Amino acid sequence: MTLPFAIIGILTLASTMAAMSLRNLVHCALALTVTFAGLAAFYMQLDAQFVGFAQVLVYIGAVAILIVFAILLTHRDEPPRPSIFSATWVVGVGIAVAVFGVLGGLVLSSQAVTRKVPPPPDISVRQIGEQLMTRFILPLEVIGLLLTAALIGAVIIAMHEKGRE
Amino acid sequence: MTPLPCYLLLSALLFAIGLAGALTRRNAIIVLIGIELMLNAANLNFIAFWRYGPNPQALTGVMFVIFSIGVAAAEAAVGLALIISIYRHYRTTNLDEVDSMKG
Amino acid sequence: MDWIVERLWLIPVLPLLAAALGAVVKQRQRRLAAFLAIGSMILAVALSCVAFINALQHSGQGSVARQVINFFWFQFGDPQMSDTALRLGWVLDPLAAVMLVMVSLVGLLIFIYSLGYMAQDENFTRFFCFLSLFASAMLGLVIANSLLLLFICWEIVGLTSYLLIGFWYHKPSAAAAAKKAFITTRVGDLALLLGMVWLYSQTGTLLFYDGGHGCLEQSALAKLVAQTTGLGMAVSTGIGLLIFCGAIGKSGQVPLHVWLPDAMEGPTPVSALIHAATMVAAGVFLVARVYPLMAAHPAGGAAESGALQVVTWVGAITAVFAASIAVAQTDIKRILAYSTVSQLGFMMLGLGTGGVAVGMFHLITHAFFKALLFLGAGSVIHGCREEQDIRRMGGLRKLMPLTFATYAVGMLALSGFPLIFSGFWSKDEILHAAHGWSSPAPFYLGVFAALLTAFYMTRQVCYVFFGQSRAGVSPGPDSNQAEATKQDRQTGVLRAHEGQARRLSYVLHESPMVMIIPLLVLAAFCVVLSFIGTPAWPWFQGFLSGENATGSLGKLFEPQVLGLMALSSVVVLSGLGLGWGLYGRPPMRSADQPDALERFQPDVFALLRRKYFVDEIYDGSVIRFNAWGARACDWLDYWVWNGVVQALSLLVVGVAWLNRLVDEYVVNPGFDEGCRRLSSGGTLMSRLQSGRVQTYLRFVGVALVVLVLFLIWGGRAP
Repeated sequence: MTLPFAIIGILTLASTMAAMSLRNLVHCALALTVTFAGLAAFYMQLDAQFVGFAQVLVYIGAVAILIVFAILLTHRDEPPRPSIFSATWVVGVGIAVAVFGVLGGLVLSSQAVTRKVPPPPDISVRQIGEQLMTRFILPLEVIGLLLTAALIGAVIIAMHEKGRE
Repeated sequence: MTPLPCYLLLSALLFAIGLAGALTRRNAIIVLIGIELMLNAANLNFIAFWRYGPNPQALTGVMFVIFSIGVAAAEAAVGLALIISIYRHYRTTNLDEVDSMKG
Repeated sequence: MDWIVERLWLIPVLPLLAAALGAVVKQRQRRLAAFLAIGSMILAVALSCVAFINALQHSGQGSVARQVINFFWFQFGDPQMSDTALRLGWVLDPLAAVMLVMVSLVGLLIFIYSLGYMAQDENFTRFFCFLSLFASAMLGLVIANSLLLLFICWEIVGLTSYLLIGFWYHKPSAAAAAKKAFITTRVGDLALLLGMVWLYSQTGTLLFYDGGHGCLEQSALAKLVAQTTGLGMAVSTGIGLLIFCGAIGKSGQVPLHVWLPDAMEGPTPVSALIHAATMVAAGVFLVARVYPLMAAHPAGGAAESGALQVVTWVGAITAVFAASIAVAQTDIKRILAYSTVSQLGFMMLGLGTGGVAVGMFHLITHAFFKALLFLGAGSVIHGCREEQDIRRMGGLRKLMPLTFATYAVGMLALSGFPLIFSGFWSKDEILHAAHGWSSPAPFYLGVFAALLTAFYMTRQVCYVFFGQSRAGVSPGPDSNQAEATKQDRQTGVLRAHEGQARRLSYVLHESPMVMIIPLLVLAAFCVVLSFIGTPAWPWFQGFLSGENATGSLGKLFEPQVLGLMALSSVVVLSGLGLGWGLYGRPPMRSADQPDALERFQPDVFALLRRKYFVDEIYDGSVIRFNAWGARACDWLDYWVWNGVVQALSLLVVGVAWLNRLVDEYVVNPGFDEGCRRLSSGGTLMSRLQSGRVQTYLRFVGVALVVLVLFLIWGGRAP
């Protein structure tokens, strides 16, 4: 485990923990942003630079903003709750621990993960574009359709309904 | 290079933390944040495996993650729109109180 | 084949067409109906004459000349396996020829008479339709070459007899008489059918003459004679007896004679045509037709066949029986009816003892004078305004001279007045044949019957035509009833006759010319026919048997012939004299004066008057048995079959009730319980649906862990 990995890893984990446990929703969203940034650093470290930039663009630039907007739109002066966690939070945490246990066990007990590291790939955006246009043309089109549908759907769902209230 | 299991364990941890938050927090938006975290953990997993896989030149992992990011963005948009709509209807984002689908 | 033989079927078919058209003719188109009927009969007469001439041309060659045409009707069964083709046919031989001429001629005359007699009746068209149908069936019966075709026509004749007896069907007595006629003849017809079936089963054919294969031809007869039945008689005798039973029914022999006097309820032309001249003669004709069958007997044994013996005895007994009843009757038509029965007995006697020619000669002559007598009686009834009781007639000799003259001719012919009347010669032939028979008893019975015939006819003529008019005088205690019956009898005619009465104001009148002309023609025939059958020139007998008859006056003076002629003359004259002495000389003054015989022997007279109580015997035995049977069946139907049906229905109802019980107390609660369980189970299960998303997500997480663990453990190598 190299040092950059350790530093970025700790940062990411800490911000994730913060995102999940802070009381203030906006603080949660900001912590999430840091998490996304840490993940982008990981991608770049793993020689997936394009993905890293895409992560920054999409997640930090769009999703996080969207979450902040949603928080703002749904935030109301509510009476402060005694707990931000549900009554049965132990069960949830227990399940999460169980899941991590299983996944971790899988990882550690597997032989497929002990392998020689291949040389770093030489990829360019041009290659990614070519792949998108040839081999992954169908998923590209489907993604386009999906995004369109999501756009329209989101607008319709969130539209202020007149005459209903 | 850090060995692959480190990345995998890290992504598993991220996934577990995201799951824990999604299962325990009351607020719907936090649940959505947890889900996004889970997706991101999976993406990290993909990239790690791509990088340490037999043929990183084929760009398969990268492609998948690109699409995954796109889908996650769309899903986040729709999910947040739903939350807004539910908030409008129930006047709360507390998931414990949104239980009119109970049997 | 000669032209007429090929067209012989036209003779019955033309009146059939007239009947068919007459059935659809409207009630007021009387002239059309009469035209159709009489026109077809005229054509039938013409064709019959042509056929007769044809038969004449072919006759005289030693054996009976027959011309036969057979045709195929239908096939039943497999043609290759057995010859089961049903064939019918017609035959023209001397027997058929004379019957054709007689039936069509007498029929035509009676049709013309009916124009006048039924003129006032509103059912004129229906009458002529039925008459044509009858004529068609009778003519068909005469020319039939197949026993089946004959039977078909026989039944149609019976049907038309029923329809015509019950012509005034709204009269209960007429309806009852029609039913009686039909049912009584049915008894005979059943035996005829059995005989027919037996004959078919033995010979395989019902055709009389078929080029050697017919059932009356030599090969078939030999086979029938050779076989004997269980009762010891030859099969031919058995079949012959069964066929004769049919003739007993139709020709009114004892014991099936009871329908004929009641059949006088029909209009007088019907009585004349059907119950005097033609239909009742069908039985005699049938016996004549199947005579070879009846005469066939095995070589050894009795001189005559058993069937002919039975025929003779039945005929002789009937002759005397009916004649004795006729002596005591007071209805003008009933006297003639019993006379017909008696004369039919004579014909059977002649057939049995002397053969076809003897019986047929009397049939032909009888047809003419009996038809004459009936038509004359109709004229009398018509003139007396529907009075039928002879005690209320009288003195009509001066008021209806033509009727009296023709009636007298008929009466003398029937009685057998010597020499110039046909009845004398035909009856003489019969007595001659009976005289030479094996047993003398039929002869004496025949002589006695001849005496009685002369006697009662004289009685009737004296009552009706001589003395003073007793019309309109009631005969005594049962006057009201008589008046009432007179009212409801012939209601159709009464209406019109009231109009006439108003005009004539109680003057009894002669009948119109349309009714007199046939009487005159028939009277002429009564005299003329006598000359074709005398022993001096037995043309008729020769014609029927196929030989050439030579005329020689010397035959008359053979001792046997002359003796018999003298005997019958004595008998007839004594009968006439006795009748005149009892009824003519001291004329009847009033209607309620008791009969001369009644004064003499009241008990015997009462017995005769009540017709030997035969009807009462039948009523007490057969009818009562039948009624009992019907009651038994009704009881059976009501209690047994009905009970079974009720029991079944109760069973079904019980099962249904049981079903309901099961359904209500077993199925329903079970089902309800099941549903309740299901419902509570569903309620229980629905608690899983908390409605909270995070709960679901937790389950997903748990499931994921479990699944992965499962896969790991499953994937592990053992």
